[in-house]
Amino acid sequence: MNAVAEPILKIENLCKTYSGGSQALKNVSLDIEKGEIVALLGPNGAGKTTLISSICGIVRPTSGHITVAGFDIVNDYRKTRSLIGLVPQELTTDSFETVFNTVSFSRGLFGRRPDPAHIERILTSLSLWDRKDSKIITLSGGMKRRVLIAKALSHEPSVLFLDEPTAGVDVSLRKDMWKIVSELRESGVTIILTTHYIEEAEEIADRVGVINHGEIVLMEDKQTLIRKLGQKQLFLDLFEPLQKLPASLTKFALDLSENGMRLTYTLGTYEQRTDIAALLDGLKTANIAFRDLQTAQSSLEEIFVNLVGGSSNTSTAKVAER
Amino acid sequence: MNVDGVLAIYRFEMSRTRRTLIQSIVAPVISTSLYFIVFGAAIGSRIQEVGGVSYGAFIVPGLIMLNLLTNSISNGSFGIYFPKFVGTVYEILSAPVSTLEIVLGYVGAAVSKALLLGFIILLTASLFIELRIAHPLIMLAFLILTAISFSLLGFILGIWADNFEQLSVVPALVITPLVFLGGSFYSTDMLPPFWQTVSLFNPVLYLISGLRWSFYEISDVNVFVSLGSVLLFLLICFSIVVCIFKTGYKLRS
Repeated sequence: MNAVAEPILKIENLCKTYSGGSQALKNVSLDIEKGEIVALLGPNGAGKTTLISSICGIVRPTSGHITVAGFDIVNDYRKTRSLIGLVPQELTTDSFETVFNTVSFSRGLFGRRPDPAHIERILTSLSLWDRKDSKIITLSGGMKRRVLIAKALSHEPSVLFLDEPTAGVDVSLRKDMWKIVSELRESGVTIILTTHYIEEAEEIADRVGVINHGEIVLMEDKQTLIRKLGQKQLFLDLFEPLQKLPASLTKFALDLSENGMRLTYTLGTYEQRTDIAALLDGLKTANIAFRDLQTAQSSLEEIFVNLVGGSSNTSTAKVAER
Repeated sequence: MNVDGVLAIYRFEMSRTRRTLIQSIVAPVISTSLYFIVFGAAIGSRIQEVGGVSYGAFIVPGLIMLNLLTNSISNGSFGIYFPKFVGTVYEILSAPVSTLEIVLGYVGAAVSKALLLGFIILLTASLFIELRIAHPLIMLAFLILTAISFSLLGFILGIWADNFEQLSVVPALVITPLVFLGGSFYSTDMLPPFWQTVSLFNPVLYLISGLRWSFYEISDVNVFVSLGSVLLFLLICFSIVVCIFKTGYKLRS
C-alpha cells in the first residue's frame, strides 16, 4: 500500500436515508488529501451536516464506505475517531464547566493522557487563556465558538471538521476564525468546513465542493472553479453613440446598450479571454473610440447560485458539460 | 480499552456532584433525618418491636434502599439525559469510546454517588439509633448490586426520555410507590394474607428484605432469592443498554 498517495479521507458511494424516509445523502463519493482545506457549500438541508456526522460516527450511514487515513470508520472506529476533531454547528457547551476543565475533558474522552501544557498552548492560540477559569455560561458567543474549537483540537486531530464555524458571528470574529484555520493548516491539519458564506470558501479553501439535495454537485479546486465556471465581462464606454454594430464586430458576443453608449462583452471561459485583444483591434479598425474600460468577474457566490438554482440534475449536467 | 475516556466521563460526572452538593447529598440526608425523627422517634416509640428489632432500627434498611434507588436512577438518568438535552452528546458519540466504556463512565459515577449517599445515610442513622450489621459483606453486595442495577435503569430512562417530565415520571410514579409498598416501613407479616401475596410481585420487596437480613437476619423472602433477583435485574438492564447502543436508539440517527 502506498501510504503517501492515500487520501486522508475517502468516501465511497455514501447513502443516508433517515427513518422518516428523507434521503439526506445520495451516493456521495469524495477524496480529500492530507493538508487540504475543503469548503462544502450548500443551501439548508443539502446534506452537509449529515455528511460530516456520518464521518464522525454520529449518524449511521445507510450504505457506503468511509475511511480515514486508510482506516474504516466502523471496524477501526477507535483509530478514525481519534484522528478526527469536530466543531459542531450549534454552540453546545457544558455551561457550568470552566473553559480549562471542558477542554481537558475532551482530551481525556478521546483517549489522550492529561497534558496541561498542550491545553495551555491551544487556549493561548485561541485567545482563551485569560478566561481558562471562567464558566462557559459567562462567555460571549464568539468565545464559546473558540471553546468548541479548543475542545476539537484538544486531542491533536489530523482532520478537523468545522460545521458552519462562522454562522452568526460578526465580521471581525469571522476574520479571526479564518486566521485560526490558516494557522491550523500550517500545522498540517486537514480541514473540512461547511459554510453558507461563499466569501468564506473563497477566502480560505483550497478546494470547493457544492452539495445540493444530498449529492455532490461539484468538487473543484477553487481557482480552477472560478476560472472554468466564472464569467468575465468587459464594459466599454464609447465617446460617441453607436447606431448598430459594424459587421466586422458581429463575431464577438457584444451587447450594445439602448442609448448606444456602452458595449458589453461577455466572456464565458478563461480560454475566450484571449479574444479581448482581437476585439480591441477590431474596434480600432472600425474607428470606434472608447473613453473608459471596466471589467467584472463573477464571484464564487454567483457560481454557487447558478449551480444550486435549478434542480441538482440540471446542475450536474451543467458541470459535466463544462 | 480507552481508560482515559472512561475516567474523563467519570470525573466530569463527579465534578457535577460537587457543584450540586446541596441537591445531591445534603437534601437526601435532611429528608432521611426527618424520617428517623418522625417514624423512628415520634411514632416508632409507640410501635412494638418488629422481629425483635426496635421500629427505628427496622426502618433503616428501607430508608437506605429508598435513597439508594431514587438516587441511582436520578444520577444515571440525568448523566446521559443532560448531554442529550444541551447537545453535547455529539462529543460522546464521536469519541473513540465503546458502549461498555460509556456505561462504565456514566454508571460508575452514578453508582459512586449513590453508594456515597447510602453510607452517609447509614452514618446519619447511627446518630439516631443503635445500629448492628450482622453480615457487612452481604450488606455491601446488596448496596453495590442495587446501585449498579438502578443506575443502569436510570441510564436507560435518560436515553429514552425526550423531556424532563418523562425523566421524572418513572422515579415518581413507579419507584417511590414500589419502595413504600415494598416493606420499607413494615414487615409483610403485618399485612393480610392476600396483600402478602401481592407484595411478592413487588421487586423492591426483595431488595429491602435482603438488605434487612444483612442487618438483623430477619427477612420477608429468602436472602439468596433476593440476591438472585437483583443480579437478574442487573443483567436485564445491561442487556437493554447494549441493545440501545447497537441500534443507536434515540442516540444515533
